[in-house]
Amino acid sequence: MIQPAMPKSWYAPTKPHKFCPGCGHGIALKALGEAIDELNIQNRTVFGCDIGCSLLAWNFFAVDSTQTHHGRTTPVMVGIKRSRPDLLCVGYMGDGGGYSIGSQHLLNSAIRDEKVTLILINNTNYAMTGGQLAPTTLPGQKTETTPYGRDVTKTGYPTKGPEMLAAITADGAYIARATVAKYRQLRTFMKRALQNQMEGNGFSFLEVLSTCPTNWRTNAAQTWDFLEDQMEAYFPVGELKSPFGKGEK
Amino acid sequence: MVEKPITGSRKAFMTGNEIVTWAALASGADIMFGYPITPQNEVMHYWTRLAPRFGREFLQTEDEISAGFTVCGAVQAGRKAFTATAGPGNVLMQEPFGMAEAMRLPVVAVIQQRGGPSSGTVVYSQQEVTLTAYGGNGEGHRIVYSVATHQEIFDYVIKAFNTAWTYRFPTFVLGDGYQAKMREPLELYDPAERGIQLVPPTPLVGLPGAIGEDREPQHLCNIYSLEEELYDAVLRLEKDYQAMAPLVVEWQEKNCDHAELIVVSHGVVSRAADDAVQALRQEGVRAGFFRPVTLRPFPQQQLREALRRSGAGRLLVAESSQGQLLRLLRQELYGERVPIDALLMPGVGIVDEDIIAKVKSIL
Repeated sequence: MIQPAMPKSWYAPTKPHKFCPGCGHGIALKALGEAIDELNIQNRTVFGCDIGCSLLAWNFFAVDSTQTHHGRTTPVMVGIKRSRPDLLCVGYMGDGGGYSIGSQHLLNSAIRDEKVTLILINNTNYAMTGGQLAPTTLPGQKTETTPYGRDVTKTGYPTKGPEMLAAITADGAYIARATVAKYRQLRTFMKRALQNQMEGNGFSFLEVLSTCPTNWRTNAAQTWDFLEDQMEAYFPVGELKSPFGKGEK
Repeated sequence: MVEKPITGSRKAFMTGNEIVTWAALASGADIMFGYPITPQNEVMHYWTRLAPRFGREFLQTEDEISAGFTVCGAVQAGRKAFTATAGPGNVLMQEPFGMAEAMRLPVVAVIQQRGGPSSGTVVYSQQEVTLTAYGGNGEGHRIVYSVATHQEIFDYVIKAFNTAWTYRFPTFVLGDGYQAKMREPLELYDPAERGIQLVPPTPLVGLPGAIGEDREPQHLCNIYSLEEELYDAVLRLEKDYQAMAPLVVEWQEKNCDHAELIVVSHGVVSRAADDAVQALRQEGVRAGFFRPVTLRPFPQQQLREALRRSGAGRLLVAESSQGQLLRLLRQELYGERVPIDALLMPGVGIVDEDIIAKVKSIL
């Protein structure tokens, strides 16, 4: 049987992976794996995740990996990077972990220009815990804790993470938003987010728009429509800040 | 080569917080992560002044949660890292301390107790005993040294790093605001000159060698899919903890021969208890002194033996909390029939007269 090629930095014994069918995590992690391969940094990368859906990546890669509590991936990665600047630290988190329970860590690590790479998967809900409101839930979107749709007069508007981080980071930071719907661009951004850390330019952050058919309760066509039409309309894809020249849209 | 922070030994007259810094430097601590809270602030103040001279690092984090988790990251990277906190900061750090318990991370933390509950006071208490020994959503697989003198602050911070890196359980030096802020004479020394070998740190991530050729990748986690997996993991922790306990447990016992009553206290209160017992003995009152130095593991066997050997018919607990040591004692002495009296003064100091008066009211 012919199988699609796996990145060398994937850990084969844990494949096939455990994400739901139609979930975007696998695409994001493939882009990350290919970027690690291309940059030839497998032996000095440390991967960290927390206990949202990103947890399912805890043994995904053939790189040294560690796992912590919801929202705390960022300080654990900062602790490792500050101790061993030769290592390349990649924190992998969800929108809840990054923008809600760990927002103080995200914000302050960006302000301090920590030389880590943080990848945040935006699927507009808390998926592992059963589909509750996330900071990124779109206005009117139904979740388990907004069963009548997100009412922005009560819960505010969705968090625009890259826009916020681009505003507060120093020159040298790399801040971008990609989508699993545009794979080649996603892989390019992933590579730049790692390369920026390798070159020691500054803080690196990539938000990835992703899919959650399980909690969205959507079929394949509806899933893709929501991602490409509704999410991209609210969360514009592109590079907001890049030391690698003019931002790519 | 960077010079040693201390060569030989020398007399000093310092605050407890300053001593923590010197001891951490002497222990080979590589990096401190901290967040301001009274009464531990001067640990950071001295560390930030001294650390660069000896090639050590510091980061002031955004909060205590982050300080604890950055320490967890740093020790995984194979660096001797530590933090210091108090009160509500100690509460916030229970989350990373729990991770350290689960993943056997040699985290070292100095706790300078302040009054509680909540913001309490910035001054003093012994109200962080339960939190430090048993905080978090685990089983208290930690080592807690309760120090009483400035010399002990120096000795036990050095010991804490060695204990942590030998047994890989989070290790605490429990002080208080009085000890943090007051000055006292002590001797600073280079551990090597006292025959103390510093345990070298070892990394869990970022290991040498090519993955897939020289070695497998490290996949560290603290979450389990099945109850049985967690059960096995906790039993392994418990087994290792119990095997370690007799090797790290410490206590002090004085004047217990033929004692009618033994005063049990810890930390700075044990100094008042020691003075009180000596004064009572001079008056012919047969009082004894017992002090757990490690609150976790607790010197349970040693206290039971002291009771049996002395034939003491009563215990008196004296502490600056509403019974946190007392609860430990009841738990650890289960089955003994000895009545336990208590002098409980939450958040305020206890002097020898307080204890003498209490003993006289009992005997």
